[in-house]
Amino acid sequence: MSINRRGFLKGVAAGALTTLGTGALIEPADARPPKQLPPGAVGILYDATQCIGCKACEVACKAANDLPPELNSPLEQIHGVSGVWDASDDLDSRTMNKIKAYAAQAAADASGTPEVSYVKRACMHCVDPNCISACPVSALTKDPDTGIVGYNPDACIGCRYCQLACPFNIPKFEYDKPFPKIVKCQMCRDRIADGDIPACCAACPTGASLFGPVAELREEAHRRLAAKPGTSLTYPIHRLPEADAKPDPAAQKDAPAPAYTQHIYGETETGGTQYMLLADVPFDKLGLPRLGSESQARISETLQHALYGGMIAPTLLLGGLVYAAYKHTHEDAEEDGQDGDSSTDDPTPGGTPAKTDARRPGGRS
Amino acid sequence: MNERYAPVGGKLLTPQFYFLGILVAIAVVIALYRFVFGIGAVANLNDGYPWGVWITWDVVTGTAIACGGYALAVLVYVFNRGRFHPMIRAALLTSVFGYTLAGLSIIVDVGRWWQLYNVFLPWYMNLHSVMLEVALCVTLYTVVLWIEFSPTILEAIHANRLLRWVRHGLFFFIGLGILLPTMHQSSLGSLLIIAGWKVHPLWQTTLIPLLFLLTAITMGYAIVVFESLYAAVNLKRPLETDMLARVSAVIPWLLIAYLVLRIGDIVIRGKAPLLLAGGAEPWLFAAETALFLYGIVMLLDKTRRCRPTSLFLAATAVLLGGSLYRFNAFLIAFDPGPGWHYFPGFGELMITVGIVAFEVMAYLFFVKKTPVLMAGHPPEDRVCKHANRQRPRAPGLHAGVTSA
Repeated sequence: MSINRRGFLKGVAAGALTTLGTGALIEPADARPPKQLPPGAVGILYDATQCIGCKACEVACKAANDLPPELNSPLEQIHGVSGVWDASDDLDSRTMNKIKAYAAQAAADASGTPEVSYVKRACMHCVDPNCISACPVSALTKDPDTGIVGYNPDACIGCRYCQLACPFNIPKFEYDKPFPKIVKCQMCRDRIADGDIPACCAACPTGASLFGPVAELREEAHRRLAAKPGTSLTYPIHRLPEADAKPDPAAQKDAPAPAYTQHIYGETETGGTQYMLLADVPFDKLGLPRLGSESQARISETLQHALYGGMIAPTLLLGGLVYAAYKHTHEDAEEDGQDGDSSTDDPTPGGTPAKTDARRPGGRS
Repeated sequence: MNERYAPVGGKLLTPQFYFLGILVAIAVVIALYRFVFGIGAVANLNDGYPWGVWITWDVVTGTAIACGGYALAVLVYVFNRGRFHPMIRAALLTSVFGYTLAGLSIIVDVGRWWQLYNVFLPWYMNLHSVMLEVALCVTLYTVVLWIEFSPTILEAIHANRLLRWVRHGLFFFIGLGILLPTMHQSSLGSLLIIAGWKVHPLWQTTLIPLLFLLTAITMGYAIVVFESLYAAVNLKRPLETDMLARVSAVIPWLLIAYLVLRIGDIVIRGKAPLLLAGGAEPWLFAAETALFLYGIVMLLDKTRRCRPTSLFLAATAVLLGGSLYRFNAFLIAFDPGPGWHYFPGFGELMITVGIVAFEVMAYLFFVKKTPVLMAGHPPEDRVCKHANRQRPRAPGLHAGVTSA
């Protein structure tokens, strides 16, 4: 009887370990399906070949989002001034949108032109965002229509798991404040709600930052990739024109097509992103990580759902464990009942244990 | 099971106790500074390394070290090894403060601490979040631990009616107290899956929950051994070598299972060539593995297991190995990209030091004032009789550790 029960309980424990093990090795067939692009998904196509590095988008971004200028940058310390210019090296809690320059050091390709490119970094607004999967309190959410990844400070507990989870290191945190928030681009969602476009796209004079529906932006990007280098290409400025709208010469320009890197960064990366990039240099040179088409959120959630789906496995395990604990504490009580009312844990301060005959020879006393 | 527990008694306010108190006071001052001026004022945490020593040590490693109560409960209540029951209160004591202090350190670490209760509000809960599961499990388990430990306190204050009442329902909390750590100790590893490429491929695997769970349980047995020997020497009590030899017999098999999974996983994922690559990571992996192998070699052999010095060294190695595994995965082999660096700041470290000091103070208080440790001599089951005859005492151990 006792052996049988023991065997059963070993089974419970073994079962728990097996659940964890198989959960970890789960087949992709059982995996959580990948997230799809929302119907009204809007995004930004950044074409590095059209960017002139004027940083008008940065200025407009700060103005639209009431972001303070950078202080205490190394530059200002060297020159002994402060507040003269707004100079951050990278995205941080005061900068949601950053133009960076890349220039290959010794470099010239076969034609003798050095490899040079700008890159604009901001939230990628992933189709399947890791940050949203990570956030314990749903402070980060994806708009079901526009797909914009927004932040709600009233929910946020400041655990910074989103920072750890983001493959692009986008969410920033106000480490210098007693009541800090997460700071990241929310694609000017208030402006979009008013029928406007994001401040960076509105400010961009060359069409390098182009706002539009994600599906159409992808088509536009493919159109550019397909163009033969040197041929004339029409670039819309600020936003993609409506399909049936008359061409407005002020809202577009013609330029020779560059030799694009044949890839749209963000078309497949981490399940796709709503902010996409084109460039004529390899994307990893621009500091963009090489990512597979599956988001880590999907892998993580698949594992968690396998283990905790419907809380079935934990409930079964709890039942087994409570039964085991009941049986084994109950047995103790029965054995102990012979000694009278006292239970096993009753202390007898200073009292001697019942079995004192077998004292250890090596013990200190 | 005719076990009796008794307070150790003795002077509580020793110079060492005051010293620990000073460390706690320093930590409190620094923590207040942090709440007024922000996290960045005391910690070197940054946007690339959002989690530093507070999370990696106080929460991830601290709660694994606090798995003594959990690991022993598995032995006693699942595998019905009642002979280990006399050690359960000491194990629960280290667990209850390990978890409570981990919870407190979360309040220091988290930026918007005044909204922490959002984790418990159903309309904010994100059921896909690994962090939510960890947060809920750890909070609930801390409560469960206090309930499991409460008979000790209730006995000390002679609340007999309440004590009887608690005992009737205790079996449920014991069951819950095994389930919850199984869930969150594995999930503490799963936290890293979503970080993807930032975690070095030698550590990044979907097997990580199982690896974290196995090492947490193993560290639980190791801390039981470590704590028992350390307390016995410093509080001048009889060594519980027989029982510790039996408990520690489990450790090598758990570690062998862990190493087979850990190395097998690296080979199957095709990452074995990385073990020969440059950089610090292969060496860090080797250090982890060496510490675990040392534990296996020392504890697989019954003669060594019966030697307090060997037991102590092996338990320490297992604790260090498990801690290094966690530090590597969360911090040392964590690389968010070029330009990001992290080393804990002085204030940041002092808060962690203060938390450890508080745990030791709490341990001393409860051991001296409440019935936690076994009264008299530990029950003799003669597992080490043969070995003890060969080496009746372990002078090295007593010489190496200063008396508190």
